[in-house]
Amino acid sequence: MGTITQSVDAQSAQAKPGSSLLSIREVSKSFGKNLVLRRISLEVAEGEFLTILGESGSGKTTLLRIIAGFENADSGEIVMSGERLDLLPPYRRRVNTVFQNYALFPHLNVRDNIGYGLSVTKLPKSEIASRVEQALAMVKMQTYANSKPAQISGGQQQRVALARALVNRPGLLLLDEPLSALDANLRRQMQVELKSLQHEVGISFVFVTHDQEEAMVMSERIALLRMGDLEQVASPREIYNRPATAYCAQFIGHTNLLRGEVKDGVARCNALSWRTGLRDGLGLFSLRPENIRPAVGAAAQGMVRFRGKIKNQAFHGATELLQVECTDGLLLFVRTSSQGNWRDEMELEFAAADAVPVRESHEAS
Amino acid sequence: MSADSGWTRSRWLSWHSLAVFAFLYLPIVTLIVYSFNGTGVGGFPPRDLTLNWYRQLFADGAIWTSVANSIVVALAAMVISLAIGIPAALALDRGHFPGKALFRRLVLLPLILPGIITGLSLLMLFRQVGLRLSLLTIILGHGTALISVATAEVFAGLQKLERAQEEASLDLGANYWQTFWRVTIPNLRLSIIGAALLIFTLSLDEIAVSFFLIGRDNTLPLEIWGRLRRGITPEINAISTIIFLFSLFAIVAWYRLRVAAQGKAEIGTELAEAAATTG
Repeated sequence: MGTITQSVDAQSAQAKPGSSLLSIREVSKSFGKNLVLRRISLEVAEGEFLTILGESGSGKTTLLRIIAGFENADSGEIVMSGERLDLLPPYRRRVNTVFQNYALFPHLNVRDNIGYGLSVTKLPKSEIASRVEQALAMVKMQTYANSKPAQISGGQQQRVALARALVNRPGLLLLDEPLSALDANLRRQMQVELKSLQHEVGISFVFVTHDQEEAMVMSERIALLRMGDLEQVASPREIYNRPATAYCAQFIGHTNLLRGEVKDGVARCNALSWRTGLRDGLGLFSLRPENIRPAVGAAAQGMVRFRGKIKNQAFHGATELLQVECTDGLLLFVRTSSQGNWRDEMELEFAAADAVPVRESHEAS
Repeated sequence: MSADSGWTRSRWLSWHSLAVFAFLYLPIVTLIVYSFNGTGVGGFPPRDLTLNWYRQLFADGAIWTSVANSIVVALAAMVISLAIGIPAALALDRGHFPGKALFRRLVLLPLILPGIITGLSLLMLFRQVGLRLSLLTIILGHGTALISVATAEVFAGLQKLERAQEEASLDLGANYWQTFWRVTIPNLRLSIIGAALLIFTLSLDEIAVSFFLIGRDNTLPLEIWGRLRRGITPEINAISTIIFLFSLFAIVAWYRLRVAAQGKAEIGTELAEAAATTG
């Protein structure tokens, strides 16, 4: 009786939504003398859309290739559903990949490309056929089933690559900058499609990109990678509002970095000063341009006011980005709603709480 | 003035290229024309155009036996050199082993090695192991001499192959063996067919290596060479014309496959290298 309850408990614990599917533990990798990944630890939850974001050379593709099995980590381990993943050859991993340039097989038509993964299994032919048809329908490519990859457009190739990976019902789907080859419009459309597709199939997606906007739009969580180190792993909102490091603050969105001195709970940067929880010493703060606004009426508590001169003004449609020079020469970016006619000099304010303390990002080693 | 000298130079150049062209192709044209000459070889201009020599050729049993021998040799050499050359190309493309650079040069060496050296060394080897000279020894000779052609062709094809495709295959659950047969080989199809055509053609008119390794059965080039000692007959011209047309066809087919597989770049140099084996 006791054992039965136990096993039921174990099962329900495993099936619990949001539980960890993949766990990357202390993975390091170097190519020759070049350290590409430094003790990376990262969890991917069941059904999650996680983006690994980083500039080129940050190690994001290497991390993806280690998960897929095309590279071996120098140290560390990867566990998927309680099993060591990194000890399996790529073809035994319940992980499928959408490659950057899709890597469709040029000698096979769309249908055979999608059916490739199933055709090497021992599934009955009829089941393979029906699953391939379903996959074709899922990406709306039925009419192109007999075309060769060279005969269809980039966006269509992208869909075929997705269907080819998903038809195998992997536990985890890896996507290596799959949208980078598409033009801006198609790209935005595919971002939406991809997101809703992920919702539909409920498979965890690990998405690699260098485009911070894309990462923000699509992900539930972003793992920001820089020179082989994880800078921050958090939801887009959290990374944006509470960046952990100066690099996070600058890479995701636009920000003003204020370097100042903290004494007795007050931070000072040139003529500006505000209350902070930081200890005494040097402090670095990120202040988003949209958190600075023209001052109206009397100053409320916790607001910091200053006077500034508009040096530059850029129209972005719904918003405008102003470059303001404070009386002491400090330059700040200010984002306001578009209204065109600003006086040359005006009074601005921001809430002390919006000056978020961030860690210094360490320099390139 | 300068325009005038430029014109002179261009006229000189065109005359020069015409002369080179004539030098290259006049002998072949002569050979073909005299295969239709009723009064035999010699005598200008050709007279009494006839197909008699072709008729005589088709009735000549010894010639056709040697043609059959040559085809058997070429096919067998093709199989041997591909069977060894394809894995060698794979090893060169993927493998990391000590002495790889040396291996690469050594594999390609027979391309520039004189046939005499290859033939002589193989002859000595076969003597050592006590293998009697026959068509088999020629097959082994051509097979080994032409491995370099197979390796070079397939290696060039492998360099064009997008590696992500093989990774995609592994990723989709196909093991290394399945990936090789289902993705690598189909992608190399044109390179392999091209290599096979080239090897077949080269083997068909190979004479230096064959000369050392010949047993009782003649290949076509050796049969022709043997007959030449008894004087030239237009029948030789006729068979040579047929060989020429066949080789021309094969080389054009190879070239087109090559362009389809790899694009035009660098074909010229490799063609020259390939020609070195025949020379």
